[in-house]
Amino acid sequence: MGGVRVLVGTRKGAFVLTADGTRRFWDVSGPHFAGWEIYHVAGSPADPNRIWASQSSSWFGQVIQRSDDGGRTWSSVGNEFAYDGDPGTHLWYDGTPHPWEFARVWHLEPSRTDPDAVYAGVEDAALFHSRDGGRSWQEFPGLRASGAAWQPGAGGMCLHTILVDPTNPARLYVAISAAGAFKSDDAGKSWRPINRGLVSEQIPNPTAEVGHCVHRLAMHPARPDVLFMQKHWDVMRSDDAGESWREVSGNLPSDFGFPIDVHAHEPDTIYVVPIKSDGEHFPPDGKLRVFRSRTGGNEWEPLTKGLPQRDCYVNVLRDALAVDALDPCGVYFGTTGGQVYASADAGESWAPIVRDLPAVLSVEVQTLP
Amino acid sequence: MIRVALPAPLRTHARIDGEVLLDVPPPVTWRAILDALEARHPALRGAIREHGSGRRRAFVRFFACRQDVSHEPPDAPLPDAIASGAEPFVILGAMAGG
Repeated sequence: MGGVRVLVGTRKGAFVLTADGTRRFWDVSGPHFAGWEIYHVAGSPADPNRIWASQSSSWFGQVIQRSDDGGRTWSSVGNEFAYDGDPGTHLWYDGTPHPWEFARVWHLEPSRTDPDAVYAGVEDAALFHSRDGGRSWQEFPGLRASGAAWQPGAGGMCLHTILVDPTNPARLYVAISAAGAFKSDDAGKSWRPINRGLVSEQIPNPTAEVGHCVHRLAMHPARPDVLFMQKHWDVMRSDDAGESWREVSGNLPSDFGFPIDVHAHEPDTIYVVPIKSDGEHFPPDGKLRVFRSRTGGNEWEPLTKGLPQRDCYVNVLRDALAVDALDPCGVYFGTTGGQVYASADAGESWAPIVRDLPAVLSVEVQTLP
Repeated sequence: MIRVALPAPLRTHARIDGEVLLDVPPPVTWRAILDALEARHPALRGAIREHGSGRRRAFVRFFACRQDVSHEPPDAPLPDAIASGAEPFVILGAMAGG
């Protein structure tokens, strides 16, 4: 029986939660990097002992931490994220040009095959990668070809989702808050927006090529041409590798939300956490419910056993939902109230691993041999 | 020797106990101190001043002999008491919050 390691990033440090395959008894270590914001912690599929963490502070900037022993010890690696050449400007909130400025790393996506290789999605939105274990970082500037027209949303202009097609590593997808989804078929050299079918009534042209507030993308590795999206409003699906999208919100109580993920063994089983609205970032009716669709969207069922069903007003952020690869599939999510919930039965029942962490920014899971 | 006092988050991050003692040739300026500090502790690169531009990070402050020298030019000589080690060169995270 294998085990799992849940990697949790919070507003005030990182935590590592470990359990055996029963997922009933948990060891909690942390806070690592206490006091710093940890936007994301991610393990390398190629070497589970290698873990990356994005550590940042408004005072002291960006740090990238790397562990080579499964999170027991850490070393800081390179932290210079220099845009390629003169980065120019994007639009500011008032519509005026604003210089591109690096703020932080939102998301780290380790290579499936090379422990020294990792992508980094940053704010202001750009994609970087390192191939030397994090010592140096290089940008993919082609992504920002249309960037002069991008404008940040309230949460900042962040690149928060990075997906690599496991059958074709030259095919990459990213998503950028308030810009949309983008695709590359040449390993990141050139990019184009893939937002056909998205409708956002909150922007001047609801069907614009860019400007949509995509909150999260998800893919099952066995079916990489099918993509799922949680948009600001609307849950969307693409069956043609992002070339077109259709709405699959169906009977959800709200189609606003942040995270979306796919069951490890069932490519048509997906999970979302509906949030009441963009102005009220908490669950509808004070009930914390994960919704599952076993039909790839449209038909959704609430999963509530073990979750608070009254007076609950937390949020679940875009990077704070993840699945393990055990059977039955484990599902995990963290809340802005500091709870990390786990389900060892694909969402049928839930229990908190921890209840009182700082606000959770991200949750990732490593399935260990 | 120059004495440098760092804020707790940076001491923890760079695994530093107490003050840092640096040999900095004259003229002693905040740029020269930070060059020597970052050479000794590479983990601090980018944490006090920005990569590339070398600008002081917005929420970091420098104090010398109880005076805020954050806005002094980076190559302005610091007081003799800093150069002699009688007083520490203090790096602070600006107070913020409620």
